[in-house]
Amino acid sequence: MCAVCGCGTAAIAGKPDDANMHDHHHPHAGGVDDQAIDFGKNPAGVDVSGLSQARTIRIERDIMAKNAGFAAANRARLHGLDMFALNFVSSPGSGKTSLLVRAIDDLKQRWPIAVIEGDQQTSHDAERIRATGAPAVQINTGKGCHLDAHMVGHALDHLKLVPESLLFIENVGNLVCPAAFDLGEAHKVVVLSVTEGEDKPLKYPDMFAAADLMLLTKSDLLPHLEFDVEACLAAALRINPRIEILTVSTRTGTGLPAFYAWIEARAGHKRIAR
Amino acid sequence: MHEISLVESLVALVEDTSRREHFSRVRGVCLHVGALGHVEPEALRFCFDAVTLGTIVEGALLTIVTIPATGTCATCERLVPLDDRFAPCPLCGAGTVRMIAGDELRLAELEVE
Repeated sequence: MCAVCGCGTAAIAGKPDDANMHDHHHPHAGGVDDQAIDFGKNPAGVDVSGLSQARTIRIERDIMAKNAGFAAANRARLHGLDMFALNFVSSPGSGKTSLLVRAIDDLKQRWPIAVIEGDQQTSHDAERIRATGAPAVQINTGKGCHLDAHMVGHALDHLKLVPESLLFIENVGNLVCPAAFDLGEAHKVVVLSVTEGEDKPLKYPDMFAAADLMLLTKSDLLPHLEFDVEACLAAALRINPRIEILTVSTRTGTGLPAFYAWIEARAGHKRIAR
Repeated sequence: MHEISLVESLVALVEDTSRREHFSRVRGVCLHVGALGHVEPEALRFCFDAVTLGTIVEGALLTIVTIPATGTCATCERLVPLDDRFAPCPLCGAGTVRMIAGDELRLAELEVE
């Protein structure tokens, strides 16, 4: 485990800890090995105790800059292969995994598709994805509440990346933290199910502001619920006037062709532009 | 609780800086945090001591300066203060406001020795 870059706070399921998180493309600090980190050793490599004088250094750097750097590297890597990546974010239980399983079944003749699954624990979701025949890597974030760009970079190392393919990243079920972390995706897709509250866009605005597409899922259940679709759509548009919204049912397939057309329009556009 | 990973990023940034600026101890950390950003200052304080333990930042005094949120209105084009990221313009009441400050999470200064 590496406490400098955060490796080892997340694990890739099915791989031994040391083997999976340590084939880095970025340098580590001196004095760090897989077993121990000695922060008592000072980084300058000289002992200046008793002689030092306090001073103030202006830094003015964004704390998210590190994540932004990893995200930019992921984006460049995906762009170089003409891969189209979507980052699916939602509360737990919105039906993200079921949606992805269905979408892969429907789209796998059209595109090669790979999946990165983020959960705190277990590789249940990756196993569900692999059952479709699509390659999937599970990242377990442990105590972490979101995927970051560094974890996704490692996961990409473990996938056979196919040019002109789709990459679906299923983020940890959490409608708060993943909003702040760019993973290098083309778009964030927020998934909201009709069994949740229609005011969720107002309660968790950051996520709906960060997303380009909202999928309102489980629409087949609407006849049994008192869910006000119009109020929900109005709430989402109030937060993000540019967000596109599709109402879908994974079970019946209603609305999914529109979602696939949305993907086709954006993923296809890149190739035409080249 | 993404404040934990934000403090981990902060520690990494300070360690990078320590190699460049040659210091071995941090006495003070000054952060600029936007009033309407993703970060809850209390949560940040709560995990700061725990996460920095055993690092070069251990024992440092954390100062958080809140940066007020401002934006420009798409309709009346004036610079306006913002209390709510997604509220309409407080001056003309019509336009959506594009936030230009208030979303920061920036390491501003370090006091080191």
